[in-house]
Amino acid sequence: MNIAVCAKTVVDVSEIKVNKSTNKPVLEGIPKKISDIDRNAVEEAIRLKEKLGGKISVITIGTPDSKEKMKELLAMGADEGVLIPPPEKNDYHLTSLLLAKAVEKMGNVDLVMCGEASIDMFSGQIGPRIAGILDWPQLTYAFKVEAEADKVKATRNMGDSMVVSESTYPALITVTKEINEPRLPSLMQILGSASKPIHEWGHADLGISDLSPKVETVELKGITMERKNVVFKDDIDEAVSELANRLAKDGVLGG
Amino acid sequence: MKMVMVYSDNEKTAKELLAKARGLADERKEKTVLITVGSGPAVWAKDMVKFGADRVIVTAKELENPKAEEAAQIISTVAEEEGEKVIMVSSTKTGKETAPRLAAKMGAGSASDVTKLWFEGDDLTAERVVYSGNAIAVVRFIQLPAVVTVPGKVFDPLAPDEGRTGEVVERDVPPGEHRSRVLSVEAMRSEGANVEDAEIIVSCGRGFKSSDDLKLINELAEALKGNTVGCSRPIAADLKWLSEDHWIGLSGHKVKPKLYVACGISGQIQHVAGMRDSGIIVAINKDPEAPIFKSADYGIVGDLYTVLPKFISAVKERM
Repeated sequence: MNIAVCAKTVVDVSEIKVNKSTNKPVLEGIPKKISDIDRNAVEEAIRLKEKLGGKISVITIGTPDSKEKMKELLAMGADEGVLIPPPEKNDYHLTSLLLAKAVEKMGNVDLVMCGEASIDMFSGQIGPRIAGILDWPQLTYAFKVEAEADKVKATRNMGDSMVVSESTYPALITVTKEINEPRLPSLMQILGSASKPIHEWGHADLGISDLSPKVETVELKGITMERKNVVFKDDIDEAVSELANRLAKDGVLGG
Repeated sequence: MKMVMVYSDNEKTAKELLAKARGLADERKEKTVLITVGSGPAVWAKDMVKFGADRVIVTAKELENPKAEEAAQIISTVAEEEGEKVIMVSSTKTGKETAPRLAAKMGAGSASDVTKLWFEGDDLTAERVVYSGNAIAVVRFIQLPAVVTVPGKVFDPLAPDEGRTGEVVERDVPPGEHRSRVLSVEAMRSEGANVEDAEIIVSCGRGFKSSDDLKLINELAEALKGNTVGCSRPIAADLKWLSEDHWIGLSGHKVKPKLYVACGISGQIQHVAGMRDSGIIVAINKDPEAPIFKSADYGIVGDLYTVLPKFISAVKERM
Protein backbone atom coordinates (compact mmCIF):
# COMPACT_ATOMS: atom_id res chain seq x y z
CA MET A 1 0.00 0.00 0.00
CA ASN A 2 1.64 3.23 -1.14
CA ILE A 3 0.13 6.24 0.56
CA ALA A 4 0.76 9.90 -0.21
CA VAL A 5 -0.26 12.34 2.53
CA CYS A 6 -0.63 16.05 1.77
CA ALA A 7 0.51 18.12 4.74
CA LYS A 8 0.60 21.89 5.02
CA THR A 9 2.83 24.01 7.21
CA VAL A 10 0.67 26.79 8.63
CA VAL A 11 1.01 29.69 11.03
CA ASP A 12 -0.27 28.86 14.49
CA VAL A 13 -3.63 30.68 14.30
CA SER A 14 -3.91 30.95 18.07
CA GLU A 15 -0.84 33.24 18.05
CA ILE A 16 -2.18 35.70 15.47
CA LYS A 17 -2.74 39.25 16.69
CA VAL A 18 -4.36 42.10 14.81
CA ASN A 19 -2.40 45.33 14.49
CA LYS A 20 -4.98 47.85 15.61
CA SER A 21 -3.48 50.83 13.78
CA THR A 22 -3.33 49.13 10.37
CA ASN A 23 -6.25 46.75 11.04
CA LYS A 24 -4.23 43.91 9.51
CA PRO A 25 -3.47 40.52 11.00
CA VAL A 26 0.23 40.23 11.87
CA LEU A 27 1.49 37.03 10.21
CA GLU A 28 5.23 37.65 10.37
CA GLY A 29 7.13 36.07 13.22
CA ILE A 30 4.25 33.74 14.13
CA PRO A 31 5.40 30.20 14.98
CA LYS A 32 4.59 27.63 12.30
CA LYS A 33 3.37 24.07 12.64
CA ILE A 34 1.95 21.20 10.64
CA SER A 35 -1.77 21.83 10.25
CA ASP A 36 -3.44 19.76 12.98
CA ILE A 37 -5.76 17.67 10.84
CA ASP A 38 -2.96 16.84 8.37
CA ARG A 39 -1.19 15.26 11.33
CA ASN A 40 -4.28 13.06 11.83
CA ALA A 41 -4.02 12.06 8.16
CA VAL A 42 -0.37 11.03 8.66
CA GLU A 43 -1.28 9.05 11.79
CA GLU A 44 -4.03 7.20 9.92
CA ALA A 45 -1.64 6.45 7.04
CA ILE A 46 0.85 4.97 9.53
CA ARG A 47 -1.88 2.75 11.00
CA LEU A 48 -2.82 1.52 7.52
CA LYS A 49 0.83 0.82 6.75
CA GLU A 50 1.21 -1.10 10.01
CA LYS A 51 -1.65 -3.34 8.89
CA LEU A 52 -0.95 -3.66 5.18
CA GLY A 53 2.70 -2.71 4.71
CA GLY A 54 3.92 -0.29 2.07
CA LYS A 55 5.36 3.18 1.98
CA ILE A 56 4.22 6.62 3.13
CA SER A 57 5.27 9.79 1.32
CA VAL A 58 4.46 13.21 2.72
CA ILE A 59 4.01 16.02 0.18
CA THR A 60 4.27 19.64 1.24
CA ILE A 61 4.13 22.82 -0.80
CA GLY A 62 6.24 25.22 1.19
CA THR A 63 9.37 27.26 1.68
CA PRO A 64 12.61 25.47 2.66
CA ASP A 65 11.91 26.01 6.39
CA SER A 66 8.97 23.58 6.02
CA LYS A 67 11.57 20.77 6.00
CA GLU A 68 11.99 21.00 9.76
CA LYS A 69 8.25 20.48 10.24
CA MET A 70 8.19 17.63 7.69
CA LYS A 71 10.82 15.85 9.78
CA GLU A 72 8.27 15.62 12.60
CA LEU A 73 6.06 13.57 10.26
CA LEU A 74 8.98 11.40 9.18
CA ALA A 75 9.72 10.80 12.87
CA MET A 76 6.10 9.71 13.41
CA GLY A 77 6.56 7.03 10.75
CA ALA A 78 6.35 8.46 7.23
CA ASP A 79 9.11 7.16 4.97
CA GLU A 80 9.98 10.10 2.78
CA GLY A 81 9.10 13.70 2.10
CA VAL A 82 8.54 15.65 -1.11
CA LEU A 83 8.90 19.41 -0.89
CA ILE A 84 7.56 21.60 -3.69
CA PRO A 85 8.25 25.34 -3.67
CA PRO A 86 5.14 27.55 -3.56
CA PRO A 87 4.34 29.35 -6.83
CA GLU A 88 4.79 33.12 -6.76
CA LYS A 89 1.03 33.54 -6.64
CA ASN A 90 -0.97 30.69 -5.24
CA ASP A 91 -4.56 29.56 -5.14
CA TYR A 92 -6.46 26.31 -4.62
CA HIS A 93 -6.28 25.56 -8.34
CA LEU A 94 -2.46 25.71 -8.42
CA THR A 95 -1.92 24.03 -5.06
CA SER A 96 -4.10 21.06 -5.95
CA LEU A 97 -2.60 20.84 -9.45
CA LEU A 98 0.95 20.68 -8.04
CA LEU A 99 -0.07 18.05 -5.48
CA ALA A 100 -1.93 15.95 -8.06
CA LYS A 101 1.03 16.09 -10.44
CA ALA A 102 3.35 15.05 -7.60
CA VAL A 103 1.11 12.03 -6.93
CA GLU A 104 1.24 11.15 -10.64
CA LYS A 105 5.04 11.53 -10.70
CA MET A 106 5.39 9.16 -7.75
CA GLY A 107 3.43 6.52 -9.62
CA ASN A 108 1.88 3.49 -7.92
CA VAL A 109 0.11 5.56 -5.27
CA ASP A 110 -2.87 3.61 -3.92
CA LEU A 111 -4.22 6.17 -1.53
CA VAL A 112 -3.94 9.93 -1.14
CA MET A 113 -4.82 11.20 2.32
CA CYS A 114 -5.52 14.78 3.39
CA GLY A 115 -6.93 16.54 6.43
CA GLU A 116 -10.52 17.71 5.88
CA ALA A 117 -9.19 21.30 5.88
CA SER A 118 -6.12 23.26 6.95
CA ILE A 119 -6.55 25.17 10.19
CA ASP A 120 -5.45 28.52 8.75
CA MET A 121 -7.87 28.83 5.80
CA PHE A 122 -10.29 26.01 6.65
CA SER A 123 -11.46 25.77 3.04
CA GLY A 124 -11.52 22.01 2.55
CA GLN A 125 -10.76 22.56 -1.14
CA ILE A 126 -7.58 20.60 -1.69
CA GLY A 127 -8.68 16.98 -1.15
CA PRO A 128 -11.71 16.94 -3.49
CA ARG A 129 -9.84 19.07 -6.05
CA ILE A 130 -6.97 16.56 -6.20
CA ALA A 131 -9.48 13.72 -6.57
CA GLY A 132 -11.16 15.69 -9.38
CA ILE A 133 -7.90 16.30 -11.24
CA LEU A 134 -6.85 12.65 -10.94
CA ASP A 135 -10.44 11.51 -11.58
CA TRP A 136 -10.23 9.24 -8.55
CA PRO A 137 -13.03 8.35 -6.11
CA GLN A 138 -13.14 10.59 -3.02
CA LEU A 139 -14.13 9.53 0.49
CA THR A 140 -14.37 12.77 2.46
CA TYR A 141 -14.81 13.66 6.14
CA ALA A 142 -13.80 10.16 7.27
CA PHE A 143 -13.71 9.52 11.01
CA LYS A 144 -13.10 5.81 10.60
CA VAL A 145 -11.13 4.08 7.86
CA GLU A 146 -10.92 0.31 7.33
CA ALA A 147 -8.55 -0.73 4.59
CA GLU A 148 -8.05 -4.12 3.03
CA ALA A 149 -5.68 -5.19 0.29
CA ASP A 150 -8.20 -4.54 -2.50
CA LYS A 151 -10.57 -1.91 -1.10
CA VAL A 152 -11.04 0.73 1.55
CA LYS A 153 -14.13 1.63 3.58
CA ALA A 154 -14.69 5.00 5.24
CA THR A 155 -17.31 6.08 7.78
CA ARG A 156 -17.98 9.73 7.06
CA ASN A 157 -19.46 12.63 8.99
CA MET A 158 -21.68 14.34 6.43
CA GLY A 159 -23.35 16.69 8.90
CA ASP A 160 -26.94 15.50 9.21
CA SER A 161 -26.03 11.99 8.19
CA MET A 162 -23.39 9.36 8.68
CA VAL A 163 -22.40 7.79 5.38
CA VAL A 164 -20.36 4.63 4.91
CA SER A 165 -18.64 4.52 1.54
CA GLU A 166 -16.27 2.07 -0.06
CA SER A 167 -13.86 2.24 -2.96
CA THR A 168 -11.26 0.22 -4.75
CA TYR A 169 -7.78 1.73 -5.21
CA PRO A 170 -6.56 4.26 -6.10
CA ALA A 171 -8.70 6.61 -4.04
CA LEU A 172 -8.48 9.81 -2.02
CA ILE A 173 -9.57 10.12 1.60
CA THR A 174 -9.95 13.24 3.73
CA VAL A 175 -10.06 12.70 7.49
CA THR A 176 -11.52 14.63 10.42
CA LYS A 177 -9.75 15.39 13.68
CA GLU A 178 -11.76 12.74 15.53
CA ILE A 179 -10.31 9.84 13.54
CA ASN A 180 -7.33 9.29 15.83
CA GLU A 181 -4.86 10.74 18.30
CA PRO A 182 -1.59 11.40 16.44
CA ARG A 183 1.36 9.66 18.12
CA LEU A 184 4.32 11.46 19.62
CA PRO A 185 7.54 10.08 18.17
CA SER A 186 10.15 8.59 20.49
CA LEU A 187 13.62 10.09 20.77
CA MET A 188 14.96 7.20 18.68
CA GLN A 189 12.42 7.95 15.96
CA ILE A 190 13.30 11.64 16.02
CA LEU A 191 16.98 10.80 15.60
CA GLY A 192 16.13 8.24 12.91
CA SER A 193 14.14 10.77 10.88
CA ALA A 194 17.35 12.64 10.03
CA SER A 195 18.32 9.86 7.63
CA LYS A 196 14.97 9.76 5.82
CA PRO A 197 15.00 11.56 2.47
CA ILE A 198 13.18 14.81 1.65
CA HIS A 199 13.14 15.22 -2.13
CA GLU A 200 12.80 18.66 -3.63
CA TRP A 201 10.73 18.77 -6.80
CA GLY A 202 10.47 21.92 -8.89
CA HIS A 203 7.42 22.99 -10.88
CA ALA A 204 9.12 21.98 -14.13
CA ASP A 205 9.82 18.49 -12.68
CA LEU A 206 6.05 18.18 -12.36
CA GLY A 207 5.49 19.25 -15.95
CA ILE A 208 3.66 22.43 -15.00
CA SER A 209 4.56 25.54 -16.96
CA ASP A 210 1.42 27.65 -16.53
CA LEU A 211 1.59 28.95 -12.99
CA SER A 212 -1.15 31.54 -13.28
CA PRO A 213 -3.74 31.41 -10.51
CA LYS A 214 -7.49 31.78 -11.04
CA VAL A 215 -8.07 33.70 -7.82
CA GLU A 216 -6.01 36.24 -5.92
CA THR A 217 -6.30 37.62 -2.43
CA VAL A 218 -6.46 41.39 -2.75
CA GLU A 219 -6.79 42.31 0.90
CA LEU A 220 -6.65 40.88 4.41
CA LYS A 221 -8.65 42.79 6.99
CA GLY A 222 -8.13 42.12 10.68
CA ILE A 223 -11.13 41.33 12.86
CA THR A 224 -10.81 42.57 16.39
CA MET A 225 -13.16 41.55 19.14
CA GLU A 226 -13.85 44.25 21.71
CA ARG A 227 -14.99 42.71 24.97
CA LYS A 228 -15.43 44.22 28.41
CA ASN A 229 -13.06 41.66 30.01
CA VAL A 230 -14.44 42.22 33.53
CA VAL A 231 -13.27 39.29 35.65
CA PHE A 232 -14.54 38.54 39.15
CA LYS A 233 -12.62 36.28 41.50
CA ASP A 234 -12.01 35.43 45.17
CA ASP A 235 -15.43 35.90 46.77
CA ILE A 236 -17.73 33.64 44.73
CA ASP A 237 -20.96 34.82 46.40
CA GLU A 238 -20.18 38.41 45.57
CA ALA A 239 -19.01 37.42 42.08
CA VAL A 240 -22.24 35.63 41.09
CA SER A 241 -24.38 38.41 42.53
CA GLU A 242 -22.39 41.08 40.68
CA LEU A 243 -22.49 39.05 37.45
CA ALA A 244 -26.26 38.57 37.68
CA ASN A 245 -26.72 42.30 38.33
CA ARG A 246 -24.60 43.23 35.32
CA LEU A 247 -26.50 40.82 33.05
CA ALA A 248 -29.82 42.23 34.30
CA LYS A 249 -28.57 45.75 33.58
CA ASP A 250 -27.42 44.70 30.11
CA GLY A 251 -30.96 43.46 29.48
CA VAL A 252 -30.14 39.81 28.80
CA LEU A 253 -31.88 38.38 31.87
CA GLY A 254 -35.55 37.67 31.52
CA GLY A 255 -35.60 37.90 27.74
CA MET B 1 -26.06 33.08 -22.49
CA LYS B 2 -24.21 33.81 -19.28
CA MET B 3 -25.89 32.71 -16.12
CA VAL B 4 -25.52 32.40 -12.41
CA MET B 5 -26.10 28.82 -11.35
CA VAL B 6 -27.10 27.54 -7.93
CA TYR B 7 -26.60 24.01 -6.64
CA SER B 8 -27.86 23.01 -3.22
CA ASP B 9 -28.98 19.76 -1.63
CA ASN B 10 -30.85 21.79 0.97
CA GLU B 11 -34.10 23.60 0.15
CA LYS B 12 -33.66 26.45 2.62
CA THR B 13 -30.12 27.25 1.47
CA ALA B 14 -31.20 26.91 -2.16
CA LYS B 15 -33.65 29.79 -1.63
CA GLU B 16 -31.01 31.93 0.07
CA LEU B 17 -28.48 31.34 -2.68
CA LEU B 18 -31.09 32.00 -5.36
CA ALA B 19 -31.82 35.41 -3.84
CA LYS B 20 -28.15 36.37 -4.17
CA ALA B 21 -27.91 34.81 -7.64
CA ARG B 22 -30.98 36.81 -8.67
CA GLY B 23 -29.28 40.03 -7.54
CA LEU B 24 -26.04 39.28 -9.38
CA ALA B 25 -27.87 38.19 -12.54
CA ASP B 26 -30.17 41.24 -12.62
CA GLU B 27 -27.19 43.56 -12.28
CA ARG B 28 -25.60 41.99 -15.32
CA LYS B 29 -28.77 41.18 -17.27
CA GLU B 30 -28.14 37.47 -16.99
CA LYS B 31 -30.30 34.53 -16.02
CA THR B 32 -30.43 32.36 -12.91
CA VAL B 33 -30.40 28.60 -13.10
CA LEU B 34 -31.00 26.18 -10.28
CA ILE B 35 -29.71 22.66 -10.78
CA THR B 36 -30.60 19.70 -8.59
CA VAL B 37 -29.04 16.24 -8.51
CA GLY B 38 -30.81 13.25 -7.00
CA SER B 39 -34.28 12.24 -5.86
CA GLY B 40 -34.45 14.36 -2.67
CA PRO B 41 -34.13 17.87 -4.14
CA ALA B 42 -36.25 16.90 -7.16
CA VAL B 43 -39.25 17.17 -4.81
CA TRP B 44 -38.86 20.90 -4.09
CA ALA B 45 -37.03 21.95 -7.26
CA LYS B 46 -40.22 23.09 -9.03
CA ASP B 47 -40.99 25.63 -6.30
CA MET B 48 -37.75 27.48 -6.92
CA VAL B 49 -39.08 29.54 -9.82
CA LYS B 50 -41.08 31.69 -7.41
CA PHE B 51 -37.94 32.15 -5.30
CA GLY B 52 -35.96 33.60 -8.19
CA ALA B 53 -34.95 30.87 -10.64
CA ASP B 54 -35.39 31.57 -14.37
CA ARG B 55 -34.67 27.97 -15.16
CA VAL B 56 -34.71 24.86 -12.99
CA ILE B 57 -32.83 21.82 -14.23
CA VAL B 58 -33.70 18.57 -12.47
CA THR B 59 -31.19 15.75 -12.99
CA ALA B 60 -30.57 12.20 -11.85
CA LYS B 61 -33.95 11.73 -10.15
CA GLU B 62 -33.16 8.03 -9.94
CA LEU B 63 -30.21 8.59 -7.58
CA GLU B 64 -31.21 8.46 -3.93
CA ASN B 65 -27.77 9.35 -2.56
CA PRO B 66 -25.75 10.94 -5.35
CA LYS B 67 -21.99 10.80 -4.80
CA ALA B 68 -19.82 13.91 -5.12
CA GLU B 69 -18.19 12.28 -8.14
CA GLU B 70 -21.59 11.99 -9.83
CA ALA B 71 -22.84 15.44 -8.83
CA ALA B 72 -19.62 17.12 -10.01
CA GLN B 73 -19.79 15.31 -13.33
CA ILE B 74 -23.44 16.17 -13.95
CA ILE B 75 -23.10 19.83 -12.92
CA SER B 76 -19.95 20.39 -14.98
CA THR B 77 -21.60 18.85 -18.05
CA VAL B 78 -24.69 21.04 -17.71
CA ALA B 79 -22.70 24.15 -16.79
CA GLU B 80 -20.52 23.83 -19.86
CA GLU B 81 -23.56 23.37 -22.10
CA GLU B 82 -25.51 26.22 -20.56
CA GLY B 83 -22.57 28.60 -20.37
CA GLU B 84 -22.83 29.28 -16.65
CA LYS B 85 -20.06 31.48 -15.37
CA VAL B 86 -20.73 31.74 -11.64
CA ILE B 87 -21.74 28.65 -9.73
CA MET B 88 -22.92 29.05 -6.15
CA VAL B 89 -22.99 25.91 -4.01
CA SER B 90 -24.40 25.53 -0.50
CA SER B 91 -21.76 24.98 2.21
CA THR B 92 -23.39 21.81 3.44
CA LYS B 93 -20.97 18.90 3.76
CA THR B 94 -22.31 17.58 0.45
CA GLY B 95 -21.80 20.94 -1.19
CA LYS B 96 -18.35 21.35 0.31
CA GLU B 97 -17.12 18.06 -1.08
CA THR B 98 -18.76 18.60 -4.47
CA ALA B 99 -17.76 22.21 -5.21
CA PRO B 100 -13.95 21.74 -5.25
CA ARG B 101 -14.21 18.64 -7.41
CA LEU B 102 -16.51 20.53 -9.77
CA ALA B 103 -14.09 23.48 -9.85
CA ALA B 104 -11.18 21.14 -10.64
CA LYS B 105 -13.14 19.52 -13.48
CA MET B 106 -14.06 22.92 -14.94
CA GLY B 107 -10.64 24.48 -14.38
CA ALA B 108 -12.39 27.12 -12.28
CA GLY B 109 -11.20 29.28 -9.43
CA SER B 110 -12.97 28.82 -6.14
CA ALA B 111 -13.64 30.29 -2.72
CA SER B 112 -15.13 28.55 0.31
CA ASP B 113 -17.75 29.81 2.75
CA VAL B 114 -18.09 33.28 1.27
CA THR B 115 -19.99 35.85 3.31
CA LYS B 116 -20.11 38.57 0.62
CA LEU B 117 -20.17 38.27 -3.13
CA TRP B 118 -20.26 41.06 -5.70
CA PHE B 119 -18.98 42.25 -9.04
CA GLU B 120 -16.30 44.91 -8.79
CA GLY B 121 -16.54 46.12 -12.39
CA ASP B 122 -16.26 42.84 -14.28
CA ASP B 123 -14.40 41.05 -11.51
CA LEU B 124 -16.27 38.68 -9.27
CA THR B 125 -15.12 39.44 -5.74
CA ALA B 126 -15.83 37.68 -2.46
CA GLU B 127 -15.12 37.96 1.23
CA ARG B 128 -14.49 35.10 3.57
CA VAL B 129 -13.34 34.66 7.15
CA VAL B 130 -9.86 33.15 7.55
CA TYR B 131 -7.33 32.46 10.31
CA SER B 132 -9.98 31.15 12.72
CA GLY B 133 -11.93 34.37 12.71
CA ASN B 134 -8.94 36.72 12.99
CA ALA B 135 -9.22 38.14 9.49
CA ILE B 136 -11.42 38.62 6.45
CA ALA B 137 -9.82 37.83 3.10
CA VAL B 138 -11.06 39.73 0.06
CA VAL B 139 -10.54 37.53 -2.99
CA ARG B 140 -10.88 38.45 -6.64
CA PHE B 141 -11.52 35.98 -9.45
CA ILE B 142 -9.00 36.69 -12.19
CA GLN B 143 -11.19 34.80 -14.63
CA LEU B 144 -14.49 32.97 -14.78
CA PRO B 145 -15.92 30.39 -14.34
CA ALA B 146 -16.00 30.66 -10.56
CA VAL B 147 -17.28 28.16 -8.01
CA VAL B 148 -18.11 29.51 -4.55
CA THR B 149 -19.64 27.84 -1.53
CA VAL B 150 -21.98 29.83 0.68
CA PRO B 151 -23.01 28.94 4.24
CA GLY B 152 -26.65 29.01 5.32
CA LYS B 153 -28.13 32.28 6.60
CA VAL B 154 -25.61 34.51 4.83
CA PHE B 155 -28.26 35.79 2.42
CA ASP B 156 -31.99 36.25 2.98
CA PRO B 157 -34.36 34.39 0.65
CA LEU B 158 -36.71 36.39 -1.57
CA ALA B 159 -40.38 36.44 -0.67
CA PRO B 160 -42.11 33.88 -2.92
CA ASP B 161 -43.55 35.56 -6.01
CA GLU B 162 -46.32 33.40 -7.46
CA GLY B 163 -46.35 35.54 -10.59
CA ARG B 164 -42.73 34.91 -11.48
CA THR B 165 -42.30 32.77 -14.58
CA GLY B 166 -39.56 30.33 -15.39
CA GLU B 167 -39.11 26.93 -16.88
CA VAL B 168 -38.59 23.63 -15.13
CA VAL B 169 -36.90 20.92 -17.18
CA GLU B 170 -35.82 17.40 -16.44
CA ARG B 171 -32.51 16.47 -18.00
CA ASP B 172 -31.00 13.05 -18.42
CA VAL B 173 -27.31 13.64 -17.83
CA PRO B 174 -25.00 10.66 -17.35
CA PRO B 175 -23.42 10.71 -13.87
CA GLY B 176 -20.44 8.70 -15.11
CA GLU B 177 -18.87 5.52 -13.81
CA HIS B 178 -17.06 5.87 -10.49
CA ARG B 179 -15.43 3.16 -8.42
CA SER B 180 -16.76 4.28 -5.03
CA ARG B 181 -20.10 3.15 -3.66
CA VAL B 182 -22.31 4.17 -0.79
CA LEU B 183 -22.93 1.25 1.57
CA SER B 184 -25.20 2.96 4.09
CA VAL B 185 -26.64 6.32 5.09
CA GLU B 186 -28.06 6.92 8.53
CA ALA B 187 -29.18 10.02 10.35
CA MET B 188 -26.56 11.43 12.68
CA ARG B 189 -27.50 11.21 16.35
CA SER B 190 -29.28 14.44 17.18
CA GLU B 191 -30.93 15.78 20.30
CA GLY B 192 -32.67 18.46 18.30
CA ALA B 193 -30.68 21.40 19.67
CA ASN B 194 -30.96 24.40 17.40
CA VAL B 195 -28.00 26.45 18.57
CA GLU B 196 -27.85 28.58 15.44
CA ASP B 197 -31.22 30.19 16.14
CA ALA B 198 -30.90 30.38 19.94
CA GLU B 199 -30.99 33.73 21.76
CA ILE B 200 -29.40 32.38 24.93
CA ILE B 201 -26.88 29.56 25.00
CA VAL B 202 -25.24 27.91 27.98
CA SER B 203 -22.23 25.92 26.87
CA CYS B 204 -20.04 23.31 28.53
CA GLY B 205 -16.49 22.07 28.03
CA ARG B 206 -13.83 19.83 29.48
CA GLY B 207 -14.17 21.43 32.94
CA PHE B 208 -17.00 18.96 33.60
CA LYS B 209 -15.92 15.71 35.20
CA SER B 210 -18.80 13.51 34.10
CA SER B 211 -21.80 13.55 31.78
CA ASP B 212 -24.13 13.46 34.82
CA ASP B 213 -22.79 16.84 35.86
CA LEU B 214 -24.17 18.43 32.69
CA LYS B 215 -27.45 18.72 34.58
CA LEU B 216 -25.94 21.90 36.04
CA ILE B 217 -25.78 23.29 32.51
CA ASN B 218 -29.38 22.32 31.83
CA GLU B 219 -30.49 23.97 35.07
CA LEU B 220 -28.72 27.20 34.22
CA ALA B 221 -30.12 27.16 30.68
CA GLU B 222 -33.58 26.67 32.11
CA ALA B 223 -33.13 29.42 34.72
CA LEU B 224 -32.03 31.83 31.98
CA LYS B 225 -35.17 30.83 30.02
CA GLY B 226 -32.83 29.89 27.20
CA ASN B 227 -33.08 26.12 27.29
CA THR B 228 -30.39 25.81 24.66
CA VAL B 229 -27.24 23.95 25.56
CA GLY B 230 -24.04 24.15 23.56
CA CYS B 231 -20.65 22.56 23.98
CA SER B 232 -17.05 22.61 22.83
CA ARG B 233 -15.49 19.99 20.58
CA PRO B 234 -14.35 17.40 23.16
CA ILE B 235 -17.85 17.05 24.68
CA ALA B 236 -19.48 16.23 21.33
CA ALA B 237 -16.70 14.76 19.23
CA ASP B 238 -14.50 12.86 21.71
CA LEU B 239 -16.57 12.14 24.84
CA LYS B 240 -19.90 12.11 22.96
CA TRP B 241 -21.77 13.31 26.08
CA LEU B 242 -23.86 15.48 23.77
CA SER B 243 -24.78 15.03 20.11
CA GLU B 244 -23.09 17.12 17.44
CA ASP B 245 -26.03 19.50 17.06
CA HIS B 246 -24.76 21.07 20.31
CA TRP B 247 -21.18 21.53 19.05
CA ILE B 248 -20.10 25.14 18.68
CA GLY B 249 -16.87 26.04 16.89
CA LEU B 250 -15.02 26.18 13.62
CA SER B 251 -16.00 22.67 12.59
CA GLY B 252 -19.25 22.73 14.58
CA HIS B 253 -22.01 25.35 14.49
CA LYS B 254 -21.53 29.10 14.36
CA VAL B 255 -23.81 30.97 16.74
CA LYS B 256 -24.75 34.53 17.62
CA PRO B 257 -27.03 34.56 20.65
CA LYS B 258 -27.68 37.64 22.80
CA LEU B 259 -26.04 35.86 25.72
CA TYR B 260 -23.41 33.12 25.61
CA VAL B 261 -22.29 31.49 28.86
CA ALA B 262 -19.16 29.33 28.55
CA CYS B 263 -18.70 27.00 31.52
CA GLY B 264 -15.52 25.01 31.91
CA ILE B 265 -14.43 25.90 28.36
CA SER B 266 -10.79 26.90 28.01
CA GLY B 267 -11.46 29.05 24.95
CA GLN B 268 -9.33 27.59 22.18
CA ILE B 269 -9.46 29.74 19.09
CA GLN B 270 -11.46 27.10 17.18
CA HIS B 271 -14.23 27.35 19.78
CA VAL B 272 -14.14 31.14 19.89
CA ALA B 273 -14.45 31.21 16.08
CA GLY B 274 -17.91 29.66 16.49
CA MET B 275 -19.25 32.09 19.10
CA ARG B 276 -17.38 35.36 18.67
CA ASP B 277 -20.40 37.13 17.19
CA SER B 278 -22.41 36.63 20.40
CA GLY B 279 -23.86 39.68 22.14
CA ILE B 280 -22.61 39.23 25.70
CA ILE B 281 -20.11 36.51 26.51
CA VAL B 282 -19.74 35.15 30.04
CA ALA B 283 -16.95 32.76 31.06
CA ILE B 284 -16.77 30.57 34.15
CA ASN B 285 -13.46 28.76 34.54
CA LYS B 286 -11.20 27.84 37.42
CA ASP B 287 -8.02 28.67 35.51
CA PRO B 288 -7.42 32.44 35.65
CA GLU B 289 -5.08 32.09 32.65
CA ALA B 290 -7.71 30.39 30.42
CA PRO B 291 -7.88 32.22 27.07
CA ILE B 292 -11.69 32.29 27.27
CA PHE B 293 -11.46 35.30 29.62
CA LYS B 294 -9.89 37.35 26.81
CA SER B 295 -12.98 36.68 24.69
CA ALA B 296 -15.46 37.37 27.50
CA ASP B 297 -17.33 40.44 28.70
CA TYR B 298 -17.69 38.99 32.18
CA GLY B 299 -15.79 36.20 33.81
CA ILE B 300 -15.77 34.39 37.11
CA VAL B 301 -12.61 32.61 38.15
CA GLY B 302 -13.75 29.67 40.21
CA ASP B 303 -14.66 26.00 40.28
CA LEU B 304 -17.79 25.60 38.18
CA TYR B 305 -19.15 23.07 40.69
CA THR B 306 -19.20 25.88 43.29
CA VAL B 307 -20.04 28.77 40.98
CA LEU B 308 -22.88 27.28 38.94
CA PRO B 309 -25.31 26.40 41.78
CA LYS B 310 -24.84 29.88 43.25
CA PHE B 311 -25.18 31.54 39.86
CA ILE B 312 -28.36 29.55 39.10
CA SER B 313 -29.90 30.82 42.38
CA ALA B 314 -28.79 34.39 41.68
CA VAL B 315 -30.37 34.25 38.22
CA LYS B 316 -33.64 32.77 39.56
CA GLU B 317 -33.89 35.56 42.13
CA ARG B 318 -33.76 38.16 39.40
CA MET B 319 -36.13 36.61 36.89
